[in-house]
Amino acid sequence: MHSQAQSMSNGGAVAADDMPLVAAQNLSVVFRGSRGSVTALQDLSVSVGRGEFVSVIGPSGCGKSTLTRVFSGLLKPTQGSAFLKGTKIDRPRGDVGMVFQQANLLPWKTVLDNVLVPARALRQNIAQAREAAMDLLRLVGLERFAHNYPSELSGGMQQRVGIARGLIHNPDLLLMDEPFSALDTMTRDHMSLELQRIWMARKTSALFITHSIAEAVFLSDRVLVMSARPGTIVEEITIDLPRPRTLETMASPEFAEYCLVLRKLFEKLVHFN
Amino acid sequence: MSNKVKAIGYPVVTALVLLTIWICAVEVFKVPDYLIPAPGAVLGTLYTGYIEGHYWSDFFFTLRNTLVGYATGACLALVLGAFVAESKTFERFFFPYIVALQATPKVAIAPLILVWFGYGMASKVVLIALMTFFPVFINTISGLRQTNPAMLDLMKVCSASRLHVFLNVKLPAAAGHIFAGLQISVVLSLIGAVVSEFVSSSKGLGYLIQSASVNMDVATMFACLFSLIAIGVTGTQLMSVLHRRLVFWERNTSQTLSTHE
Repeated sequence: MHSQAQSMSNGGAVAADDMPLVAAQNLSVVFRGSRGSVTALQDLSVSVGRGEFVSVIGPSGCGKSTLTRVFSGLLKPTQGSAFLKGTKIDRPRGDVGMVFQQANLLPWKTVLDNVLVPARALRQNIAQAREAAMDLLRLVGLERFAHNYPSELSGGMQQRVGIARGLIHNPDLLLMDEPFSALDTMTRDHMSLELQRIWMARKTSALFITHSIAEAVFLSDRVLVMSARPGTIVEEITIDLPRPRTLETMASPEFAEYCLVLRKLFEKLVHFN
Repeated sequence: MSNKVKAIGYPVVTALVLLTIWICAVEVFKVPDYLIPAPGAVLGTLYTGYIEGHYWSDFFFTLRNTLVGYATGACLALVLGAFVAESKTFERFFFPYIVALQATPKVAIAPLILVWFGYGMASKVVLIALMTFFPVFINTISGLRQTNPAMLDLMKVCSASRLHVFLNVKLPAAAGHIFAGLQISVVLSLIGAVVSEFVSSSKGLGYLIQSASVNMDVATMFACLFSLIAIGVTGTQLMSVLHRRLVFWERNTSQTLSTHE
């Protein structure tokens, strides 16, 4: 109660220092349909610190995507609330970036204009945003393709445009919902390296949804393991590997150990179901 | 290159074969000229009609009605289609009746339109607009509805206004569908124009056909028919060029590149 009043007096946007950037406590999401109700999330608590990279990993249908919809403000939880910078997320508010499974670029816009889509929607100064977009395209290694159309790009390149688009409005939180799942295996490894580089350059807090254990371990500061039905966090593992992590990291015994721990956890989860 | 030759050459061969059959029918099998006119007679009628006669004024009469009716019908269809696609409430109020109107054979209500809108241009434009309306209307709705839901989520997350989403995401995504509807409607609008002149007119290509039938003047009927075909083909092709130009992204990559350079 006291901390709430304090944050109000600060304009409602500044979080108390002890509060993580993103927090959700006891979230439950229940979908009520004509054939009964489905509990997508139950009593789920998540936090992401400032500049932290957190992965959520779990079996298909465990409600991972529902979680991103709650954090983006697209879906109101049935119970509990999610907070970003100390204020409740009860509607979309423009401080979250999104990257989807498919790149979902607009085929009639050039790469540069696609990156600018959120800036235009948010009515930002386009001259400034255009410079920021070029910086981002340089960061994702696509500045040469700024004036090409998405159809002229490979899948991996398109998804890099998607990441640049997710970052253009300087979001406090970048939500990525299985962004590499539509790519082939070799491209995925490359994209993991790229994403780490981009994230280290920008230090945007990130919530990364995946069902690849290796990807989660490679990219994350923390990995949260979710179970299906009900969707809730059953385990949290801090990945203590030095950055920047490289292809050699993937071959290291520590990396293998983390993967093994997670695999065993899933093995148990599967049996439990 | 050889594909290009085939693309142009093969239809020409078909045309020559058909022309030969036509000439044979008239010259060899002596089909009487009140059933099938000789190609030369049709050409003669076209020549006297367009160079010496009054065909141009009939041609432009039909063309003008068609264009005005087509534009009116297409615009109405776009606006109403957008409302139906965007507003569930609007859809519930009007959609069933719009579908019922679609099921009505428009030709059957042509006399009624005549009673309501008189013998002038208005009744013709109304019928043409009605004929044009439905393909564009239905395609606008289905086009606007098939927008990628992830893209809509992204726009919502960026708190984009409804109009912004409509203009920047939904409308371009629907453009291909809308153009398909516009293309189908070209021919339907011509049907509307001809029927409206059949019902009542003292001018136009449809009127000429009808009055020629009274005199068994088959050559004139053929000449007018070819004129109508010319309008229909030109209109359809024009729409297809516009489609490719404006909705350039719905083609394969190599073509996109070639228009780029």
